[in-house]
Formats: sequence, C-alpha cells, structure tokens
Amino acid sequence: MADATLDAKGLNCPLPILKARKALKDVADGGILEILATDPGSVADFEAFCRQTGNELLEHSEDGGTYRFLIKKVA
Amino acid sequence: MSAEEKSMSIIVTKGSLDWAYPPFILATTAAAMGLPVTLFFTFYGLPLLLKDLKLQVTAAGNPAMKMPMAGMHMGLPNLLTAVPGVDAACSVMMKNLIKKKGVASIEELREMAVEAEVRMIACQMTMDLFEYDKKDMIDGIDIGGAATYIECATQADINLFI
Repeated sequence: MADATLDAKGLNCPLPILKARKALKDVADGGILEILATDPGSVADFEAFCRQTGNELLEHSEDGGTYRFLIKKVA
Repeated sequence: MSAEEKSMSIIVTKGSLDWAYPPFILATTAAAMGLPVTLFFTFYGLPLLLKDLKLQVTAAGNPAMKMPMAGMHMGLPNLLTAVPGVDAACSVMMKNLIKKKGVASIEELREMAVEAEVRMIACQMTMDLFEYDKKDMIDGIDIGGAATYIECATQADINLFI
C-alpha cells in the first residue's frame, strides 16, 4: 500500500513529473508513492522518469480517464 | 553523481510567452530526472529573468498559430495583429487557455527551476546592450559572457539552442 499519494489530476506536462519528484523526496527509501493523473502523456513520462532515476514503477493502471502509478523510491 | 550522469545546457534566445515554455519545461523536467541543467539567457531570452514577467505572444508572422476557438482552429490575419491591443488580448487568451488546461505558468516553472537548482546565467553583453539592471532580475542568477557558456557547453552532454 502507498505511503503517500499525489493527486496530479487535471495537471498537464511537465507538472505530474515535477510534483512527483518533489513528493518522492518526502518518501523514505523503499517507500511507495501513488500518483493519480489525467494527462495521457504521463504514462510514457513516468516510465521514462523511472528508467532515468532508478526508481521502480511497480504498476500502472487506468480507470475512466484517470491514470494511477505506483512508484517505489529506490535512489 | 554517477559517472554516467548526463547534463544539459540551453541557450535561451527568445522571450515571448510561447517561446518561454520549451526552455523551462525542458530544464525543470531534466532537473527532475537528475540532470544538472544550465540555462544561458541572451538577447530576447534575457527578459525571462525579470522579476516582473509581462510575457506576450503575437500572431504576427506566425502562420502555424491556430488557436482552438468555437470548435475549430483559427488564426489571425497579420494585418489585424497591427491593431493596438490585439497582441495583448491574444496574450490574455493564451494565458487563460494555459490555466484552463492545467499547464503551469511560466512564473511557476521558473520558480521550480530555481528550486531545482537549475543554473541560470544572464548574458552580460545583452544586459549592457538593452540596458537591463541586475536589480530588476530574479535573485540567484549568475552573469556571464560567451566564454562562460562555452565552458559549460563543453561539459554538458546535451546542448540546445532555443
């Protein structure tokens, strides 16, 4: 279960990534951040973000236009 | 800092509302992804460092500028952009559209860039040329010339000209 949730619904690029970066700072190593977004571009963006930063994208799903990401803080 | 960490620099040469977005979006996103970033503001990019941003956009000479209006994409004839107040009105409309779509304002992006420790350099020559005062600029910026930028660029993996 997530240690923290970031509601980025209604926000457009690059805000979901920028806010996620900020939110991850407050998550302990190994902790999980849940992100909710409506920006369809955020799917590719979060995959790239995780590949680049070494954080782990545990899962992502979509429900009626809202995307949900679970990111585990690694670095 | 791993040995494979990439870095980026951007020369920012334009300062209209639309052209302000690429450098700030790229800089903040790159910083969020762990890259050290330097922005070098020169010529018309320099006003992007002013404390008081009064960014405008114009449809003049911009044939690709077609805004969503009444279900279509519409442009503005160049002749109309010469009418006083039209550019200002277009700028307000653009800012409203940006806000409505949940896109960050330039002020917000710039603040995030500062917070992310993006290095921002103001071109000394441009400051002299266009008579800009450092006290009118935001805090935390460096001032430098071409050599400062070149040194930066030789060390950066990604160098962009916007």
